[in-house]
Amino acid sequence: MSLILIIEQILNGLQFGVMLFLMAAGLTLIFGVMGLINLAHGSLYMVGAFAAAAVAGLTGSFLLGLIAALAAAALAGALIEMVVIRRLYRAAHLDQVLATFALILIFSEGTRWVFGSFPLFLDIPAALSGPVTLPGGIEYPLYRLALIGIGLGVGLGLWLLIERTRIGIQIRAGENDREMIAALGVDISRLYTVVFALGAALAGLAGALVGAIQSVQVGMGEPVLILAFVVIVIGGIGSIRGAFIGALLVGLTDTLGGVFLPELFKLFMDGGAAQKSGSALASMGIYLLMGAVLIWRPTGLFGARA
Amino acid sequence: MKKLVLATAAAALCATTVMADVKVGMITTLSGGGAGLGIDVRDGFMLAINQSGRDDIEVVIEDDQRKPDIAVQLSDRMIQSERVDVMTGIIWSNLAMAVVPAAVNQNVFYLSPNAGPSTLAGKGCHRNYFNVAWQNDNLHEAAGAYANGAGYKNSFILAPNYPAGQDALTGYKRFYQGALAGEVFTKLGQTDYAAEIAQIRASGADSVFFFLPGGMGISFLKQYAGSGVDIPVVGPAFSFDQGILQAVGDAALGVVNTSQWSKDLDNAANQAFVASFQEAYGRLPSLYASQGFDTANLLISALETAEPADADAFRDALRAAKFASTRGDFAFGPNHHPVQTIYAREVVKEGDIFTNKIIGVALENHADAYAADCKM
Repeated sequence: MSLILIIEQILNGLQFGVMLFLMAAGLTLIFGVMGLINLAHGSLYMVGAFAAAAVAGLTGSFLLGLIAALAAAALAGALIEMVVIRRLYRAAHLDQVLATFALILIFSEGTRWVFGSFPLFLDIPAALSGPVTLPGGIEYPLYRLALIGIGLGVGLGLWLLIERTRIGIQIRAGENDREMIAALGVDISRLYTVVFALGAALAGLAGALVGAIQSVQVGMGEPVLILAFVVIVIGGIGSIRGAFIGALLVGLTDTLGGVFLPELFKLFMDGGAAQKSGSALASMGIYLLMGAVLIWRPTGLFGARA
Repeated sequence: MKKLVLATAAAALCATTVMADVKVGMITTLSGGGAGLGIDVRDGFMLAINQSGRDDIEVVIEDDQRKPDIAVQLSDRMIQSERVDVMTGIIWSNLAMAVVPAAVNQNVFYLSPNAGPSTLAGKGCHRNYFNVAWQNDNLHEAAGAYANGAGYKNSFILAPNYPAGQDALTGYKRFYQGALAGEVFTKLGQTDYAAEIAQIRASGADSVFFFLPGGMGISFLKQYAGSGVDIPVVGPAFSFDQGILQAVGDAALGVVNTSQWSKDLDNAANQAFVASFQEAYGRLPSLYASQGFDTANLLISALETAEPADADAFRDALRAAKFASTRGDFAFGPNHHPVQTIYAREVVKEGDIFTNKIIGVALENHADAYAADCKM
C-alpha cells in the first residue's frame, strides 16, 4: 500500500466528512435550538438535489442549479416549519418523529409524482471536471477538492454567523433558554423559521453538490440522514463545532476503515474471506466509533446537555 | 349518502358477476428505491395483456416497497383471499426467496419476470416455478466470457456485500480465466466510490468488472469517469438499462455490458414490442420491460391450451413456451430457467438518447450452473 494511496483515501474521507457536516449542521442546529427531531431533513437534501438537477437541466448552468437548490430547500424548510413543525415544539419526541416521518413519505411520493421514478441527470460543471495532479504526483478529481473547499468555507461561515452576528447570539440564547429570550422581545417564531430554513438550505446545498457525483433519485436522503444522526450524537447534540469534528471523524473512519480493514485481515486470512469479513467489520466502524465516544463522553464530544 | 352507498354496492355486485376466468397476482416494487424496475416490469406485462385483447385475465397489482415482510403479507392475501391462480412480478431476490417457496407449495404458479436466486434454480427448484428472465449468475458469467474474448488478463472486480453481489463475483469468476488485480465488496446502497476507485487506480488492473444495480451504478460510473482512470469497464446490463442510462450520461458511453435482450435485437416480436412500448408509454423499453412483456406472453400462450385449474396440462403448456419472445427463440431448461444466448452490448448515443447496441455474442445457448442440482 503506497503513501499516495493513503493520502488519496484521507482526502476522500475528508470530502465525505465535510458533506456530512453540511447535513449534520442543520440537524444539530434544529435540535439544539428547537429541541426537535427532524427526520425529514433527508427529504430537504433530496429537494435540493432535484431542484439543482431540474434547473441545471433547463439552463445548462450548474451555478444556477446550486442557487435553485439553496432556494428550494430553504423555501421547503420554511414552509414545513410554518405549516407542520410549529405545532410540534411542545409535543413529545415520539409525536415529532411520527409527524416528520410522515413528511418523508409526502416528500418522496410528491417528488415521484413531479419527476417520475427514474433517476435524474446532474453532472459536474465542465470547469471542475477531470482530475488534477497534486504535489507528490497524486491524481485527484478537481470536483472533490472543490467540495472540500466549499465544505470548509461553509463551516467557517457558520462559525462566524453563530459567534459574531446578532442572529447568532439569538440562536445561542434560544438554545439555552427559549422563554427568556422571548421575554426579552425576540420574535421567537420568526427565529425558529429562520433557523429551520438555514438548516434546510445547508441540506439542500449538500444534496445538490453530492447529487452531481452520485445519482439524483427519490429516497437518496435517508441513508445520509442516518449518518448525520450518528455525527450529531458523536459531536454532541446542538453543537456546531461538535458536528464539524464528528463529521470529519465519521468520514475518515468510514472511508479508511473500508480500505484498510480488509488489508489488515489479509495478514492472517485468505483473500476472499478477508475481503468479506473486513468489509463487514468496516461497515460497523462508525457505529463502533459512536459507541466508544458515548462510553467515554455520554453527551458526545462537545455536548452540553445530558 | 345512502343512495351513493347503494349504488356502490350495486356496482360491486355487477363487478363480481362478470368475474374474470384467470386471476394473476403481481407483487412488484412501485415505490421507494428501485421503483423504476417494478414499473418497467408492470408496464411491459400489461402491454402484452392489453395487446392480447383477452378480457378474461384479471391482474391484481400490489406494491411491495422492496420490503420482504410486505411482500409476504401481499402474497398471503393474494393466495388466501383473492385466490389468484398465477403470481408474478417480484424484482429482488431476497423478496423472491421470502415469497416464492410458500406460494408454489400452495399450488399457485409463479412466473418470475426478474429475480433468479440460485437456490430456486438448484436444490430449491419447484415444478410450479418458472423463471422467464435469467438465473442471477447468467449475465455475470457472460461478462466473464466476454472478458476472456477481449483479452483481459488482470481484472479488478467489485460488487455489494449481499447474496446477489456475491453470486455476481462468483458468476464472473466461473468463466473469466485471467488473474484478479483485486476483489472488493462494497456496502449495499453505497453511493460514494472514491475509495474503491483509488484502489482500482493503484491496482494495476487491465479491466474492471462491477455489479452495482440501480443508483449505485450511476454513482460509480459518474465518479469513475471523473477520476481520470481509463481502464475499460465491463458489467451486466443492470447498470446500463434504459431507465438509468440518461442519468449516467456521457460517463457510460462505450462501456460494454452483457444482456439477454437489447432493443436492436433483430426479430419481428422485438421490433413490434419496442415500437408499441414507445407508443404506449412515451419512453424506450428497458430489459426489465422486455422481461415483463415476455412473462405475460408466456402466460397467454399457456392459457390458450390449458386452464390453471388443470395444473398438469397448464404446467406442460408453460414448459413448451410457445410464444414469440422478444429474445427470438425461447426455451426452458430442465429446471424451468431459460436456456438463452447472452449478448455483449455497447452504450451508444442515438440523437440525444443514450442506449445500447449489440456488438457480439458473449455466451451462446447458455444454461445456468445449478440445473444439475434440481430434482423436480
